[in-house]
Amino acid sequence: MSSLIVCEDIWKIYRIGDVEVQALRGLSLTIEQGEFVAIMGSSGSGKSTLMNILGCLDQPTRGRYHLNGIEVGDLRPDRLAEIRNQQIGFVFQSFNLIPRTSALENAQLPLFYRGLSLKEQRAQAAAAIQRVGLSGREHHYPTQLSGGQQQRVAIARALVTSPSLLLADEPTGNLDTTSSQEIMGILQGLNREGITVILVTHEADLAAYASREVVIKDGRVLSDRPTKSRSQTVGV
Amino acid sequence: MPAFIWLTVMTALRILGRNRLRAGLTMLGIVIGVGAVIAMVSIGEGAKRAVQKQIATMGTNVIIVWPGATTVSGVRGQQGGAVTLTVSDALDLKKKIPLLSDTGWAKRDVMQIVNGNHNWNGTINGVSPSYLTIRDWSFSSGGPFTQADLDSAARVALIGQTVAENLFEPGEEPVGAVIRIKNVPFRVIGVLSPKGQSAQGSDQDDVIFIPFTTAERKVFGTPFLGSVGAVFASTDRADDLPEAVEEIREVVRARHRLQSEQPDDFTIRTQVDIGKVQEGTSHTLTMMLFAIASVSLLVGGIGIMNILLVSVTERTREIGVRMAVGAKRRHILMQFLIEAMTLSLFGGALGIVMGVAGAKLTTIIAGWPTIISSDVIVIAFLFSLVVGLFFGLYPANKAARLNPIDALRYE
Repeated sequence: MSSLIVCEDIWKIYRIGDVEVQALRGLSLTIEQGEFVAIMGSSGSGKSTLMNILGCLDQPTRGRYHLNGIEVGDLRPDRLAEIRNQQIGFVFQSFNLIPRTSALENAQLPLFYRGLSLKEQRAQAAAAIQRVGLSGREHHYPTQLSGGQQQRVAIARALVTSPSLLLADEPTGNLDTTSSQEIMGILQGLNREGITVILVTHEADLAAYASREVVIKDGRVLSDRPTKSRSQTVGV
Repeated sequence: MPAFIWLTVMTALRILGRNRLRAGLTMLGIVIGVGAVIAMVSIGEGAKRAVQKQIATMGTNVIIVWPGATTVSGVRGQQGGAVTLTVSDALDLKKKIPLLSDTGWAKRDVMQIVNGNHNWNGTINGVSPSYLTIRDWSFSSGGPFTQADLDSAARVALIGQTVAENLFEPGEEPVGAVIRIKNVPFRVIGVLSPKGQSAQGSDQDDVIFIPFTTAERKVFGTPFLGSVGAVFASTDRADDLPEAVEEIREVVRARHRLQSEQPDDFTIRTQVDIGKVQEGTSHTLTMMLFAIASVSLLVGGIGIMNILLVSVTERTREIGVRMAVGAKRRHILMQFLIEAMTLSLFGGALGIVMGVAGAKLTTIIAGWPTIISSDVIVIAFLFSLVVGLFFGLYPANKAARLNPIDALRYE
């Protein structure tokens, strides 16, 4: 199986009291290694649910999800944690850095759970910090960094494990235009280096950075098409 | 895994270090609990040791038989007030019970003693020579009187340290001097080594020993010759004491011609019995204080649990992030358990310092003897570890069971 992500007829049904909510209704999606995919959709479309399932934070009620050839659907929580640790990097809208903890230590966090020695953790985290252009700020706390810088630390944290998939959930939602462009540029650069990037957004001009645009509506794929080649001209 | 634990401990220390006041207040319960346990046990042990020392001054494996209290028209007299026990009882006991290594007898009265222009009111004991060996009296100068002195009712006296101090000038040698007891002249032939306070708190050195025969014929003026205040016996081995007591009871009952339905007209106590009463008191006290200290530890544990629950809530998002980047349930569980144990161990260590300091201070200020045993320190430390583990388990488990999606979304 050469595709990185294969979703086949995925359903996600929540039960809130007596009300049954069908967040995903038979969604199918295939993403190849090295793609830059923007997932768009209005709130309530099911894109957050899809994001959680793709990120192995949640499991589908029905249907199959293969990540790198592994069927994720019925794995135990600890195995899911391992897969997240080894294959997936998360970038969140609200950065989600650990407060009062230095940039370097935030970037170290995933390696911490790999049981690496402190020395190796530091070396790899420092390399990741350098990759996002924050050399010299390793020992700054999140509160001493701008929003854009904080998001770059978060990207370093996502990168540090050399994941096959980077999941960015509205990564620029809390940033000004300049910072947004910087972050998108970094994501684009990483994609060129071979990392598969999935970007969840509701802004069309951000989706333009991607090479493929998937629109979700009512828990299904509404449209799935390549974006114009704007991505080649915009960037850092 | 060791790297993980080490780093988690470091993280826990840093997190606690950020909130020093909170961590300090949380630890306070454990500090007080452990400190109290150590101080209390040290004081209790000190008291116990002091009592044991006092008990040991009675002699070795001593059995004491007192005449039963007399009852006059239903009014109980003083213990030892009856005249039912005699010298021949004591001699017969030794003859009939091989378990007894020796028996002795004594009779006492308080009288005035005069040496020149000094006088003192002291306890005069008319005793057999064997009494002195049973009670382990030794001499700082001179020596004991003999069977010959007893047989001839010699006017010789042995004086205790307190008596010597009150009847003689410092530096004056009492041995060889003549003192008067109830106007009868006695030659001092020995000064006893000090024994200090008895288990009951009386001064054992305020004492004068004279031969029993001399006492009853020339000093006390006894209506019944041969009646004694108490019979003393000893065994070679402490294990023989209970059997010896039973045999003594049988022999004395037979000698006193008591019918089987009649109660004993005497009382038997062993050194062990007397020790037990004393130790029982201090044991009860120790247990009570221990209970109070345990409650304090419990409260301290609940404090830790409370603050950890707050911490779990405050750091829900952090837990979510950790889970998202690959923390397994046990990682989260360990993190909070280690935080709880760090708190309780720090509290325990501080408590040990406080407890030891408290015990030392008690010795310095109140003058009570204290014994700090390493056992108690180890137990207290382990106990605080267990408290941390026990009360950390619930909050840690709560954190570990969080759903990463909900935790990430938590505001």
